[in-house]
Amino acid sequence: MTLDYKGATEKYEPTLGLEVHVELNTNSKMFCSCATEFGASPNTQTCPVCLGLPGALPVVNGKAIESTILIGLALNCSIAPYSRFARKNYFYPDMPKNFQTSQYDEPICVDGYLDVEIETDDGPKTFRVDIERVHMEEDTGKSLHVGGSTGRIHGAEYSLLDYNRAGIPLVEIVTRIIPGTGKYAPQVARAYVTQLRDILRSLGVSDVKMEQGSLRCDANVSLAPIGSGLLGTRSETKNVNSLRSVERALTGEIERQANRLEAGERIIQETRHFLEESGLTRPGRSKEQAEDYRYFPEPDLVPVTPDAKWIEELRAKLPENPADRRKRLQKEWNVPDSEMNSLINAELVDVVEETIKLGAEPTRARTWWLGEISRLANEKEVAPTSLITTAFVAEIIALITSGDLTDKLARQVVEGVVNGEGSPKDVIEKRGLKVVSDDSALMVAIEAAIAAQPDTAERIRGGNIPAAGALIGAVMKATGGQADAAKVRELLLRHLGQGQETR
Amino acid sequence: MTNIHSTAAEMASALAAKEISSVELTQQHLDRIAAVDGKIHAFLHIDSAGALEQAGAIDKKRASGEKLSPLAGVPIAVKDILAQKGIPTTAGSKILEGWRPPYDSTVVAKLKAAGVVILGKTNMDEFAMGSSTENSAYGTTQNPWDLTRTPGGSSGGSAAAVAAFEAPLAIGTDTGGSIRQPAALTGIVGVKPTYGAVSRYGVVAYSSSLDQVGPFARTVLDTALLHEAIAGHDERDSTSINAPVPQIVAAAKRLDVKGMKIGVIKELSGSGFQAGVSARIAESIELLVAAGAEIVEVSCPNFEYALAAYYLIAPSEASSNLARFDSMRYGLRVGDDGSKGAEEVMSATREAGFGKEVKRRIILGTYALSSGYYDAYYGSAQKVRTLVKQDFDNAFAKADVLISPVTPTTAFKIGEKSNDPVAMYLSDIATIPVNMAGIGGMSLPVGLADEDGLPVGLQIMAPVMQDDRFYRVGGTLEAALLSKWGKPILSNAPDLAGQK
Repeated sequence: MTLDYKGATEKYEPTLGLEVHVELNTNSKMFCSCATEFGASPNTQTCPVCLGLPGALPVVNGKAIESTILIGLALNCSIAPYSRFARKNYFYPDMPKNFQTSQYDEPICVDGYLDVEIETDDGPKTFRVDIERVHMEEDTGKSLHVGGSTGRIHGAEYSLLDYNRAGIPLVEIVTRIIPGTGKYAPQVARAYVTQLRDILRSLGVSDVKMEQGSLRCDANVSLAPIGSGLLGTRSETKNVNSLRSVERALTGEIERQANRLEAGERIIQETRHFLEESGLTRPGRSKEQAEDYRYFPEPDLVPVTPDAKWIEELRAKLPENPADRRKRLQKEWNVPDSEMNSLINAELVDVVEETIKLGAEPTRARTWWLGEISRLANEKEVAPTSLITTAFVAEIIALITSGDLTDKLARQVVEGVVNGEGSPKDVIEKRGLKVVSDDSALMVAIEAAIAAQPDTAERIRGGNIPAAGALIGAVMKATGGQADAAKVRELLLRHLGQGQETR
Repeated sequence: MTNIHSTAAEMASALAAKEISSVELTQQHLDRIAAVDGKIHAFLHIDSAGALEQAGAIDKKRASGEKLSPLAGVPIAVKDILAQKGIPTTAGSKILEGWRPPYDSTVVAKLKAAGVVILGKTNMDEFAMGSSTENSAYGTTQNPWDLTRTPGGSSGGSAAAVAAFEAPLAIGTDTGGSIRQPAALTGIVGVKPTYGAVSRYGVVAYSSSLDQVGPFARTVLDTALLHEAIAGHDERDSTSINAPVPQIVAAAKRLDVKGMKIGVIKELSGSGFQAGVSARIAESIELLVAAGAEIVEVSCPNFEYALAAYYLIAPSEASSNLARFDSMRYGLRVGDDGSKGAEEVMSATREAGFGKEVKRRIILGTYALSSGYYDAYYGSAQKVRTLVKQDFDNAFAKADVLISPVTPTTAFKIGEKSNDPVAMYLSDIATIPVNMAGIGGMSLPVGLADEDGLPVGLQIMAPVMQDDRFYRVGGTLEAALLSKWGKPILSNAPDLAGQK
């Protein structure tokens, strides 16, 4: 009988291990001054160093070291006063030197942790993920295998190589094994990667775009019978390109391993390739025989010896932990979990906070970003933050609060700004969207409305307040919607002798 | 009258005085190369057009009154291991056949900026692995003193070019003795600067932690002039030392060693060294004493392990450095007939493109770095390196400079050691400790061995970044020897142009 996920985790205990590769967003590469822009024409961002030409030598990018130390500090690591690069030797066409310059047994950051919170059947629960090391290395080039059925090097007719990516600074964050997550293993992994991504983003050290490969997760998992205290053989799943995939890949892999074990088969130590469409993994490279990379200290580079004072300066610069910050903001804004989650999922926490900082009224700031702006962004299939600046949103909200714009007019202003008609001020001017708040101008319209519907006016005089709606509607229509409806109501009622009415 | 037999300093002052143009001087050397290089084979590539163009540009600058560097307009030969933009650079290997670097090494860029005229690229043991140039994929270089003998190596082409008056100056590299040993075997001056004193950027790497670029010339002063022109911190070489270059030209001109303590290394003397070599070293010591130096004996007990450790460290680094030669991006490509995969083509290219000694060292290094062997081999070798450094530290506590012979013997016959790698390796026994410790050393010609009439070299060593010390001692001793001999040592070498 085949085990489903529930069955699998009732019988087996998964043990996780996560390796996350982060491309740093430094302007230049790890060991040379080449640009790192994503999506440039193939081989246009290369030089003798990153092409591994004979004689070329590496020089460490100081900014990359700074970014890595920041990551280490944010993950509660110790920063090594002395660390070195090593050479990892293996042959591959997209590796210009046929060795990767990487840190090996002397990494720059060690022994950290990250606490991640997930929802369990018994409410929120925190898991501590221990971090073994954070180290620097360089990325390889990219191979494009043309022809053949698999898109892999074997069977391809020819391969194209792009070395733009070769030498881009990578930081590898390696956890210790994560035991005791039980059936929540996939959620813990997802929460860890999510939280890590948020931290990296708050540090400003990476674009952290999983779909572009600037954040990559290799998910290791092994199973052992519950209570056995054993550690099973692990597999390592690669090509996990989204947060959701982290969870799916592990769920699928735990199921697969459990069923193999049920069938009396052994788990092969190998890398597996996650297939986005099916949620399954297919086998990749066997790791049964450990490859001998012949590591040795990189003789072309001097040891990295950051001084303690600099590290403390960096520590002082660390931004607030994103998870703590969210809790704080939720409290400050006094919003329910559901709304906070909507903001988080829509990646709008930062802009809302910024908009409020610029003076916008908090409730309006949240409503506008989550509502109208998100709706427009959805229509255009872009991120809300790409449509309009926080300064413009704050400006529009200020005009609403002061009564210079109605919500309806404000929507038109937002639309105008989004369509590139200029600043809110420009749009208001060009489209003539000012609220008509001049009492005498409104009174003309009110008197005209009363003249047109004398019966209604009479009913209002007689105390039928709800009947005012019809006259207000007529005034609004006459002013092209630019009047403040509340103001119209107030003037109208007072004019008809109902001025004491309280709403 | 300035001619190819003049010193570089003489050439430089004649150029400055406009007694000769750089074009004329360059042409004289090109003519000399045309006349004798058929016998010597010092050059792998002669860039006549480029050299004359560079010389013409310098002459024009001089005519317009522009301020020029001391060596502007003087020709030079450059070892074929330094990248020069657009000029074939092979490192003596088939695997780099046809490669024209798209960039200049820092040393070449400095030479160009100083107006030094680059005549061409010189022969060498493949990837600087060897002590005779016999490992070149492009044929052996002959020693100008005796065409049946090697000029030493790996920078044998550069040394031979200077000794044969094809160039007054040359650039070499020294990983285990590859400047000092050929300098000794050809009767010229060669210096391995302190590790990190001269940029390695653009030097095809053999063993990164040991490789160092350095100058060759026929006099101590000429060597110092070239040394100053190429030395200095380079941002593109992380291992380059960020400190002022010592005053080496001034030291070369000082001609005074009064009160200096000169240490004679016990372990690098006596048996194991050719009698004629030991005799010339003893004479040199007498001359130094006469000049006012004090001689002390020092012991370096760990030197006996240096050679073995070197042959673990250098091949280990080489096995990784040479991995990039895979036919994918440049150089030779063999067997790419459309039916083979990348791995097969890589393999076929490396099989065809690397010579025997290079393969030997790649295999040796790959083995030494393998998991399970690393600690025993690479790890132990690094410990020996530390011990060698300590030996030097202890010795330099007693002496300002240390001296020893450069080589156990004078120039050996071509073919004599080519089938016995260990015998070949032993010719670097006195030079290797210097590379292991990262200090600098000079090879100074101190006479001819009685038994074969071939040049003998004295090695003078100084602590890290104190390279000026061996220039001071070398300059003083050179002057004493010259006044004893009455003529330069190279005037004893055969007149190659006359021989048919």
